[in-house]
Amino acid sequence: MTDTKKIGDVLCTELIEAANHDRNILAVTSDSRGSAALNPFVDAHPDQLVEIGIAEQNSVTVASGLAHSGKRPFVFAPAAFLTMRSIEQVKVDVAYSNSNVKLIGISGGNSYSVLGATHHSLQDLAITRAIPNLEIYMPADEHQAQGLMRYLATSPNPAYVRIGKVALPTLYPNVTQAFTKPGKANILSNYGQDVAIVAMGETLAIANEAAIQLNQLGIHAQVIDLVSLKPLDQATLNQVADQTHLIVTLEEHSLYGGLGSAVAEALAPRGDTKVHIIGFPDEPVIAGTQAEVFNYYGMDATSVTEKIKHWLR
Amino acid sequence: MDIQALQLKAAQMRLATWQMIYRAKTGHTGSDLSCADIVTALYNDVMQQTPATFTNPNRDRYVQSKGHAVEILYNVLADAGYFPQADLLTYSQFNSPYIGHPTNHINGIEMNTGSLGHGLGLSVGMALAAKLDQRDYRVFTLMGDGEQAEGSVWEAAMAAGNYHLDNLTAIIDHNRLQISGPTESVMNSEPLAEKYAAFGFDVQEIDGNDMNQIVTVLTAENNTNKPRLILADTIKGKGISFAENQASWHHRVPTADEYQQGIDELQTVIGGLSK
Ligand SMILES: Cc1ncc(C[n+]2csc(CCOP(=O)(O)OP(=O)(O)O)c2C)c(N)n1
Repeated sequence: MTDTKKIGDVLCTELIEAANHDRNILAVTSDSRGSAALNPFVDAHPDQLVEIGIAEQNSVTVASGLAHSGKRPFVFAPAAFLTMRSIEQVKVDVAYSNSNVKLIGISGGNSYSVLGATHHSLQDLAITRAIPNLEIYMPADEHQAQGLMRYLATSPNPAYVRIGKVALPTLYPNVTQAFTKPGKANILSNYGQDVAIVAMGETLAIANEAAIQLNQLGIHAQVIDLVSLKPLDQATLNQVADQTHLIVTLEEHSLYGGLGSAVAEALAPRGDTKVHIIGFPDEPVIAGTQAEVFNYYGMDATSVTEKIKHWLR
Repeated sequence: MDIQALQLKAAQMRLATWQMIYRAKTGHTGSDLSCADIVTALYNDVMQQTPATFTNPNRDRYVQSKGHAVEILYNVLADAGYFPQADLLTYSQFNSPYIGHPTNHINGIEMNTGSLGHGLGLSVGMALAAKLDQRDYRVFTLMGDGEQAEGSVWEAAMAAGNYHLDNLTAIIDHNRLQISGPTESVMNSEPLAEKYAAFGFDVQEIDGNDMNQIVTVLTAENNTNKPRLILADTIKGKGISFAENQASWHHRVPTADEYQQGIDELQTVIGGLSK
């Protein structure tokens, strides 16, 4: 059995560690400390927690003020509220004013499943991607989350990090292979050059599983982990497009404006590469567990394998 | 409906909610139990609205701003005949419309809530429309006290006072708890009565688990030319001894033993009221 780890727990452990060395590190919460798995942080550094109450907009604005005056705030809230309710605060107070605020969107994508669309963040990548001066991450496993947090703890740049709720399988052997620097994608696995599957975060393991299934069918895929959606690793995408003319993207997001769009925008000027985007269609999301919903929309490994077989025909 | 019948119904609604959450293994247990009396009173005694008149433009309206307490709302609506009771067996199942927050795909539900801080503003719009159209329906909304931290609540409160929306009744389920603990220590919103009064509301304080007081205040005429705010002091988890006043029961699902004990407690209350 592969190891699995909840990314929220990893972020908390890393934040405690960073806060041990840096009294300016703060966790800013909006009645979200439990959902964000931050209780160990609260126990370890009670005076480095700023609780704002159920006020996500204010949590981002206050964090920006804290950052302006030398603090290093990490704002934790459900991704849906952080990137929708608070989006103007993100645009103006964080990105435009260049405040050193790290926005940690928890329970992202469809994680909240049957709680419904109020709680889903399936547009967050589209909207944050269009804001200049905001890095975007979705750590895919324990090691990448560790590397990312160590980078964020010292980086001066505004950033949005989206994580999910369920435990994720460990895909990388260590931190250095999982995360090098912003804008540096990883080739997670490489069976050959029939097709490249590009993913990030929670969908990376699914992409990897599909590549294994394809390999058994004699179709050779590589799996590209973008690591950061912004900055985007144009060089690696070009290299992949030089080798294969079919690229498939997989994301827990609307088909519009997310990872697939980013890849398609980056490669369209070449004119030689086909990009197929797999994600959530433009319709109200069906109710179900995350697994049921992925299955319904053809986003599980077997469905991805089937689609790729069809597109290669 | 007489008070004892309403009390009995509220107890039955608590029981149905407890069973539903245990069955589905998800739900906002403490939040539901806290406002069970208020929601029961609204649909069984206070509002001019029935399943048959739900699409009538003159109906009274209810917006549940604390949308997470959806299980109690579903049970009260099913009991009142808005949809078959059996539908609720699909609660939180694949492809069910009965998900963990209210949606207007369901008969009886006005607006989609679940993101806190929307209900009062939506109600201001509905109450203002009544004024513009010279209709005399009333609009009710139910908020949490933790929810009072959302700035949008106060933007809406200012508008309600500004437009003298005396057809609007906002209720705060004042159980003094939210997810992370006591509201007073998470983000103190007190003094709520004085704040709403300053925003132009007629403020009434009641025991929000006392059916007599609930019905009296919700059916009282409003001649103040102001929107009304009811600060309803409640007990989160009300009716289940070990869940009462416990923040941890916000969205806890009972274990098998807890479930049985809860059933026993609620059935004792129901037995007493059925006499
Ligand atoms: C905008 C928004 N932020 C956060 C949440 C998550 N959330 C759901 S219930 C809740 C606590 C609500 O507490 P309170 O308003 O006191 O209601 P209670 O359940 O105690 O009656 C929170 C933070 C949400 N649903 N919407």
